[in-house]
Amino acid sequence: MELIYTPQQQDFRMEIRDWLREHVPTDKLASFDTAEGFAAHREWEKTLASGNWGMVTWPEAYGGRGCDLIEWLIFEEEYYRAGAPLRVNQNGIFLLGPTLMEYGTPAQKERFISAMASGQEMWAQGWSEPGAGSDMAAIRCRADRDGDDFIINGQKIWSTRAVFADWVFGLFRSDPSSSRHHGLSFILVPLNAPGVTVRPIPQLNGLPGFAEIFFDDVRVSAENLIGGEGEGWSIAMSTAGFERGLMLRSPARFQQASKKLVELYRERRNDILDLSIEDAVVKCYMDAEAYALSTYQTASRLQQGAKIGPESSCNKIYWSELDIKIHETALSLLGAHAEVEQSDAPDQSVVSAWLDGFLFSQSGPIYAGTNEIQRNIIAERLLGLPRR
Amino acid sequence: MDFTFNEEQYFFQQTLKDFLTDNVTPASIRRRWDSDDGFDQDAWRSLCELGTSATQIPEDCGGLGLRFDDIIMMIQACGQAALPEPLVEHSFIAAPLLAQLHASQPSERVADILAAMASGEAMVLTASMINPYVNFAHSATHVLLQFGDDLHLIDSKDCTLTHVTSVDRSRRLAEVKCQPNGTTCLTNGRLGSELWQATLNRGALANAAQLLGLAETLVQMAVKHASDREQFGKPVGVNQAVKHLLADCAVKIEFAKPVVYRAAYTLAVAPNRADWAVSHAKVSATEAAQLAARHCIQVFGAMGYTWECDVHIWAKRVWALANEWGDVGFHKNRIHEWLVQPKALLGPEFTFGRRNIRDVEHID
Repeated sequence: MELIYTPQQQDFRMEIRDWLREHVPTDKLASFDTAEGFAAHREWEKTLASGNWGMVTWPEAYGGRGCDLIEWLIFEEEYYRAGAPLRVNQNGIFLLGPTLMEYGTPAQKERFISAMASGQEMWAQGWSEPGAGSDMAAIRCRADRDGDDFIINGQKIWSTRAVFADWVFGLFRSDPSSSRHHGLSFILVPLNAPGVTVRPIPQLNGLPGFAEIFFDDVRVSAENLIGGEGEGWSIAMSTAGFERGLMLRSPARFQQASKKLVELYRERRNDILDLSIEDAVVKCYMDAEAYALSTYQTASRLQQGAKIGPESSCNKIYWSELDIKIHETALSLLGAHAEVEQSDAPDQSVVSAWLDGFLFSQSGPIYAGTNEIQRNIIAERLLGLPRR
Repeated sequence: MDFTFNEEQYFFQQTLKDFLTDNVTPASIRRRWDSDDGFDQDAWRSLCELGTSATQIPEDCGGLGLRFDDIIMMIQACGQAALPEPLVEHSFIAAPLLAQLHASQPSERVADILAAMASGEAMVLTASMINPYVNFAHSATHVLLQFGDDLHLIDSKDCTLTHVTSVDRSRRLAEVKCQPNGTTCLTNGRLGSELWQATLNRGALANAAQLLGLAETLVQMAVKHASDREQFGKPVGVNQAVKHLLADCAVKIEFAKPVVYRAAYTLAVAPNRADWAVSHAKVSATEAAQLAARHCIQVFGAMGYTWECDVHIWAKRVWALANEWGDVGFHKNRIHEWLVQPKALLGPEFTFGRRNIRDVEHID
């Protein structure tokens, strides 16, 4: 155990810091759930890519820097420290990217990864269906083989970012006689293909962050099949593992939020009457740090050859509940002003940012596998309780 | 940057764990409860022969000179077994206190007592001002007494003990009264103050690591019971309501571990700058263990509320250790004091201080 950064790691940190200082937009970009904001975030992804910062853990051949996981954590720390824009292509770079690295053919990597890292192509995910939410094995959306193509029919729902994205990846039933997690295939579909209809669904904040996607005889080349036909379930599970495991929500995000919470608390603590707020602020800061320490521990273990296991389900519960606690506490500190979405008040941007974050935090315990499902996984696979 | 333990560290833990599994059983713990002194001399002798009492003692005094992060999982193992004997107090709190003194102010007297501690000939316990009682004072040969910033080494024959009964029958508490004087004083002033500050941190962290171990065993017991016990024709553990009680404990435990281990590392490299890390560890481990005790009793149902069921061996240790070496309020307050300081290093880039833990700016 040696919790010290090497000189190379410190230099790497300063290199990122300097680059971000020069390039991070001074004005906050509009939400990427608006057309204008999405375009601005896409531009930012291209800027990041121009500095080879698109996805630092990827090989240089794909626009990355071949960084290890500790360097990735350092990158994330500097990224959130700098207040850089949220990653509009997180479905691509954090979820599909690692899956392609593991299961993609050389041609597929060549075709999709660089375009993802360079901000050219934005990705939506297509897991859920009206009848398949937590029970993802109930997927019915079909992909029927027709020579060198698949013909896709059916519906996906709760597809984040699909309104403005270019592509969707997801699971489709390629064997019509199959059931449950058998006979599913992992396929990439361009959202501009004939027969695709994307219908926006406004989220809690009124913006179209979700979409339903309808597939009506959509023809997709079998070159877009990832892994073998019928192997989609295990490939998707590896994606889900990345999502709740390590990549999706790096600890820096919550450390930065809890730092801001402490600053807000310092400003206002003489005016608060609720004695529980002091405790909540301390707890939020501790928990954000605990999440960081846990991630460093996991990263160290993975670098020594360990594999991510069912304990990763603990992460998802931990950060999503922490995020709610941070924002609830901030709203308590803001008091009666906390509900104001828009006004001419000089500190409105501060209030808006906390309120926006609070609304978003409500989704944390639901997406990437609800926390109830995560608790089942922990109970059965980590603790060994009986399934039935 | 490497946040993993090495093979040697795992080996130390496993050796102790194996011994405790074979020798410290619920039945043997209950036998101690029925004895006068609550102390198993054979177990103590074997623990010393294993080398556990020598781990924190410098090599030139006959010890192994290990760091606190080398032995933190051994303390966790003591918690897992709910070991009654004061191995943690002797080997991992009193010994490093004297070792730290010996490092800054070497003396024959301290070297001798350290050597006697390593072999198990002497049993030394710490009477810190933060704790009203000393556990197993009646079994000790010496007591290290805090008197302001003074550090006194007092022969236990010169101490008056007033016994009290703990809710945890494995703990044998006494109030210790004695007359410190010039000849009993080992050091004082600035060095004394530093030694006691580091000792408070070691005590709090040692409790945190034990609490972690206690929590782990409580969850294991609950999992076993929920898998075996049937109601409505199936194991009670298939019900999500039961699963989620235990999953919540697992989450708390998973996230308390790295906090405890980081604090052990900090104590090893910067013992006087570890307040923040140690307090964080004590709070996290206490919360995890209290939840585990609460939920474990719930999962056991009425059986969990009996004297016969072994759950209370572990649960009561949790309730006792939670408030020793500073309760949660004390430790949260230390963190709060630090958070409101304008110079506190906050934010994602400071997880390990400016460049590393040794650089952490602190309350001092």
